[in-house]
This record gives sequence, C-alpha cells and structure tokens, in this order.
Amino acid sequence: LTQDVIYSVTGMVLFGLGFYGLITLQHILRKMLAVNIMGVGVFMLLLSTANRGDIIDPVPHAMVLTGIVVAVAGTALCLKLAVNISKIDQSGQNVDRQ
Amino acid sequence: VFDRIELHESSGSSSSLTRGARIACGLFSLALSAGLAIAMLVSDKAPPEMAGLVFSEIEKSGVENPVTAVLLNFRSYDTLLEVAVLLIVAVAMLPMTSVVSGQKLVELNREHAVDPALAGLLRWLVPLAAILGGYLLWVGAYAPGGAFQAGAVIAGAGVALKLSGRYRFIWQPPIARLLLCIGLAVFVLTGALCAGATAHVLEYPVEYAGLVILVIELAATVTIASVLLLLFTGLQDKMPSDAARGRTSS
Repeated sequence: LTQDVIYSVTGMVLFGLGFYGLITLQHILRKMLAVNIMGVGVFMLLLSTANRGDIIDPVPHAMVLTGIVVAVAGTALCLKLAVNISKIDQSGQNVDRQ
Repeated sequence: VFDRIELHESSGSSSSLTRGARIACGLFSLALSAGLAIAMLVSDKAPPEMAGLVFSEIEKSGVENPVTAVLLNFRSYDTLLEVAVLLIVAVAMLPMTSVVSGQKLVELNREHAVDPALAGLLRWLVPLAAILGGYLLWVGAYAPGGAFQAGAVIAGAGVALKLSGRYRFIWQPPIARLLLCIGLAVFVLTGALCAGATAHVLEYPVEYAGLVILVIELAATVTIASVLLLLFTGLQDKMPSDAARGRTSS
C-alpha cells in the first residue's frame, strides 16, 4: 500500500461521506460542512495524483492552492446567507434574534 | 422558498428522510466512493507530461519554485480568475456588512478594555504576522510560500485585532474598496501590458518575469488578506436593514 493509494482512497471515502451528509442532513450548517468535506476529499485526490511520477507534479499543487482559497470564500458567503435565512421566520417576516 | 427555511428551522440531526431513503443514499455514496477510488487506482500510472514540462521551462518563468511558476506564470489565467472570484465574493458580502460613515478602514475604540495578556500578545503577534507575511511572499519565488500563504497570515493578524474587540474594520471607505480590488486591477493591467511586449495576454517577457510576478503577488496579497478579513468581519456584522429596523422601533 503506497502513499498515493492511501491518499486516493481516503480522498474518495471523504467525498462519498460528504455526499451522504449533503443529501441526508437537514441543517444548513451541516450541509455546508458536508460540501467542505467533499472538497477536502477532492483536494487529497489531486495531491495524491501529484505524487505518481518520478518527480512531484506542481500543477495539482497549484490547483489545490487555488481551490482552498475559493472554498474558504464560498463557505464564508454561504455562512452569511445562512445567518440571514435564520432571521426570516415562516411567514417571511424578518425577525431579529439578537 | 420558505419550505427550505422551515427545513433550516427544524435544525439538528432530525431528518425528514425515511429510513429506506437514508439506506439507499448510503449505498449510493458507498458505491460512489468505491467506484471513484477503483477508477483512480486502475488508471494510468504514467507521470503526467505536465510535470516534466514545468521543470524544463522553469528557467523562463522568473521564479525557482515550481508551484509559484505554475500559479503566476504558466497557469496565471487560473490565478487571475481566482482573484476575480474573491472580488465577486467580496462584492456579494459588502451589502450585508454594517454601514458606518467615516473615511477610516480601521476604527479604534479606546474605551474597550482589553485583557492585559491579550493586549501584550497582540502587540507581538500582529507585527510578527506582518513580517511573516512579507517573508512568505518573498520566499514564494524559491520555496513553498507566496501570495496566498502571505495573505492568509496577514488576514489572521486582522482577525486577532478584530477579536480583541478594540478594533473594527469598516469596508465602506474608498481605501477599503481599493484594497479589495487592487489585486485584480494590477493583475489585469500587468497582463495587458505584457501583451504589448510579447503579443500574448499574461505572457511575461522572460527577462522581467520575476519582477512582474513579484508585482502581481504583492497586489494579490493585499487583496487576498483584505477579502479574507472582510469575510470574517462581515459574518459578525449586523445587516444594514436590521440596524435601520432597530433605529425606527426604538
């Protein structure tokens, strides 16, 4: 069992786990965490593909670096939207819970 | 729209899915994981040609670190779009941050009492983070580091300042807007200017490549740090509409 096999399999297990969570969990925060776990799985897979040849391929590393920043930005925006959704009650009234 | 919010209100792990649906979903996820993992393991193990290409062309990139060479030169288009994504997220976030009049980016509240230990820590940590950010930016040309790492460290210093309660960041003044968009502006401008020299957008002249990369990374660091800080501080801000509501009702 070489290193890149462990990384590939773990990455895909995380992806599947995140997908399951995304579908079955109800809370918006949990769904968002599930999407992030899926993303981490993809990052691990990309990093494992970088280690397959004789030399380490810098291209997947650059892609993951880009992906992390975009994932952080997307997560923050989603969090803010979730906070705003939680302020709206069922009748559509904006209730301030602070 | 509102039944989705109702789902949100019925928070926690309580699920409206039936047991059968959950099991089906679990089996599908398992098959998905297994299928993808097997596909990865049996796929062609030959090293991608791109790695060799990067190392054979790295002399022309202007930097010695292959990851930086890919990010800022060979695939700088991706990085340009990434900085654009950051700006879009910032623009989406801005209407949801609190509106404060004033021309200052950082507002200091001297009245707010700060734990002496925390104040002492901040006095060391924030300048240290600024130096570390500068170092990471510079070292990115030779070793792991670069605009993203530097931006993240500097944003971390801002988060520490914000959490102390004594400082608040206001994103309405023009200077704040400038910080948020300077990365993309400089990136696009240098890319366009390079087209004048090499006939291709974002293709740097080989003798100046190192300088061009440093200029772009410097601007990108500023933007990455400010966008990350905006995202963090924006999450704690109240909506402008809430603030207006509070004023009218009181």
